Amino acid sequence: MSTTTHIGLVLLLLGLALWITVARNSFAAVAGFIAYGLLLTLAWLALSAIDVALTEAAIGAGLTGALLIGAASRLRDVEASAWAERPGATTRALAALISTVAAAGVAVCILKLPDPGPTLAPEAARHLAATGVGNPITAVLMSFRAMDTLLEATVLLIGLIGVWSLAPDRVWGGRPGLTPKTDPNGALAYLARVLPPIGIVIGIYIFWVGADHPGGKFQGSTVLAAMGLLVMMSGLRDVPAVRSRWLRAALIAGPATFIAVGAAGAFTSGAFLAYPEDFAKPFIVVIEAALLPSLAVTLVLLLSGPPRRPEPFP
Amino acid sequence: MKIAIDAFTIVAILAGLFFFVAGTVGLLRFPDTLTRLHALTKADNLGLGLVVLGLLPQTDSVFAGLKLILVWLLVLLASAAVSQLIARTARQPEARP
Repeated sequence: MSTTTHIGLVLLLLGLALWITVARNSFAAVAGFIAYGLLLTLAWLALSAIDVALTEAAIGAGLTGALLIGAASRLRDVEASAWAERPGATTRALAALISTVAAAGVAVCILKLPDPGPTLAPEAARHLAATGVGNPITAVLMSFRAMDTLLEATVLLIGLIGVWSLAPDRVWGGRPGLTPKTDPNGALAYLARVLPPIGIVIGIYIFWVGADHPGGKFQGSTVLAAMGLLVMMSGLRDVPAVRSRWLRAALIAGPATFIAVGAAGAFTSGAFLAYPEDFAKPFIVVIEAALLPSLAVTLVLLLSGPPRRPEPFP
Repeated sequence: MKIAIDAFTIVAILAGLFFFVAGTVGLLRFPDTLTRLHALTKADNLGLGLVVLGLLPQTDSVFAGLKLILVWLLVLLASAAVSQLIARTARQPEARP
């Protein structure tokens, strides 16, 4: 991309960001946020960060966008009254001042960074062969900084428990409240029949190709989760009750495998999350393959929201 | 031969861009939801189809070309289904539970 395109992209990003912050209607702001995520994907592509671009498109724009649409439609009824209790001019001026100072602080920090910046990239690239994977991003995520990835996977699970805890007692353990569309011959049901076979192949492909090319379990599981949500939103299948044993087993299988392999590393290789020499690649594949379905189920349930319909005990 | 292929690419992508511009103008200028949807789907179907057609001779392998065609077919499927859903919602009177 040429410099003109870059400048145009940056101006669009800044303009859209401003519009999202001042938009009065939260639904319109969410629509702007999704477009912003897609523009940001282009910006990451321009920086040759394809892995980040994929994640931004799948999780930043897609998943977060879907979560925010749900939030905006729930807030629609109270939006007018929320605008009525607008804070006074002093509060808003103070908020603007603090935001400006914080943004200026961040800008100064970034501009004062040494050039070239301190980096561990050459060090990571030198030891890439030891991990057995060809994609340096995957090597960093699964080997050099595996702890961060473990915490990421766990924090999603904790987030899900947080969502579930919003359920009132009488529906605890029940089914989340996606309202299924009832038209079995509608366009949505058609899409939910045709798209999942393709989407599942693409999701697994993105996961598998992540070893040597841009991709990985997070992006792949987002595609799988989208397919699951499509089927449930069209009413072809109901959302499972959160009490279900297999569901909970599926949720914890990935993080549990990760922790088990990490703990085994403490005995065989002398450190938590260390992989034995020459066997790094098989261990990484096992962890990633275990995380893929767990992450997909976690994302589906996060988007389905807290249980709303009671489920009778069997 | 190279020049002929490049010329084909440029002509096809320019034609695709025309449909994107026309679709965007329609989105901004048409009076109601259904006609705006009509304009948008033209950009998705014909515009993207022509861009993909123009990019096909520039691919290195048959596999890459098939991926491009798959992208176009998936966008066709998604845009057809989504515009159906939007149109149905737009035609229903405001009936929220």
